[in-house]
Amino acid sequence: MLVKMSLPALKQTRWYEYGIRFVLGGLATVLAGAMGAHFGVSVGGLFLALPAIFCASATLIESHERRAKEKAGLDGRRRGQEAAALDAAGAALGSIGLVAFAAVFHVTVSESGAAAFAAAIFAWAVVSVFAWWSRRKFRTVSHHLSSGSWSRSAHRRSVP
Amino acid sequence: MTEYVLRFIAGGVIVSAFAILGDILRPKSFAGLLGAAPSVALATLAIAIVQHGTTYAAAESWTMIYGAIALACYSVVVCHLLIRLCLTALPATILAFAAWLAVAFALLASFGGAA
Repeated sequence: MLVKMSLPALKQTRWYEYGIRFVLGGLATVLAGAMGAHFGVSVGGLFLALPAIFCASATLIESHERRAKEKAGLDGRRRGQEAAALDAAGAALGSIGLVAFAAVFHVTVSESGAAAFAAAIFAWAVVSVFAWWSRRKFRTVSHHLSSGSWSRSAHRRSVP
Repeated sequence: MTEYVLRFIAGGVIVSAFAILGDILRPKSFAGLLGAAPSVALATLAIAIVQHGTTYAAAESWTMIYGAIALACYSVVVCHLLIRLCLTALPATILAFAAWLAVAFALLASFGGAA
């Protein structure tokens, strides 16, 4: 499946849901700064990868999927959980990119601040997309292998 | 006070921008990559460079690596709580926060901050 953009998906989000994410994002950034100021730079650094907004995002994704299913007269509870789990799986892969972001920024920031940001964002994007693509390839290959071995054993059982 | 207001606005804007991008991207597993976007880090590190200089920002980004590893563990735990224990998203994401705290501080205690 190709990666694509779906602008009508924005209509699913209600105005207050944007507000919730803005406030949570702002609070997470204030918290990261406050932790650094009170407990030192090392503890402050941990909070740069705080999953503060993830809670709201996963809940919104779950409710959107559930609403869509319920509109069609179906119970959307399980579908909502699966959609939120898919989002979490994506975030796990994106975390590998976030490690790359932090490592590249750490190495390059002494040269130039602006260049460090550019290099780190590039590293995050490349590593995240590569991790996602690799997982898809691995899943496709393992799916083909398991279905292939299943059909071979079924064939052996059917042939006397 | 002005510094915290600036942090709040910058963080809110960057997080919202990544969240909107995540809303419009398909498939969902790809959009999920943006759940680990460096949104809080962008605002905080920029302010750190202006306020304290590049050495401080470099030290902060070193322990951010531990936080990012903890975020990977957090996401896996959320996934399992949703699929295996059939929890809904809100309790799953709140419960898994314990895993983030445990992994992040265990890594910091084991390997320490930047020299």
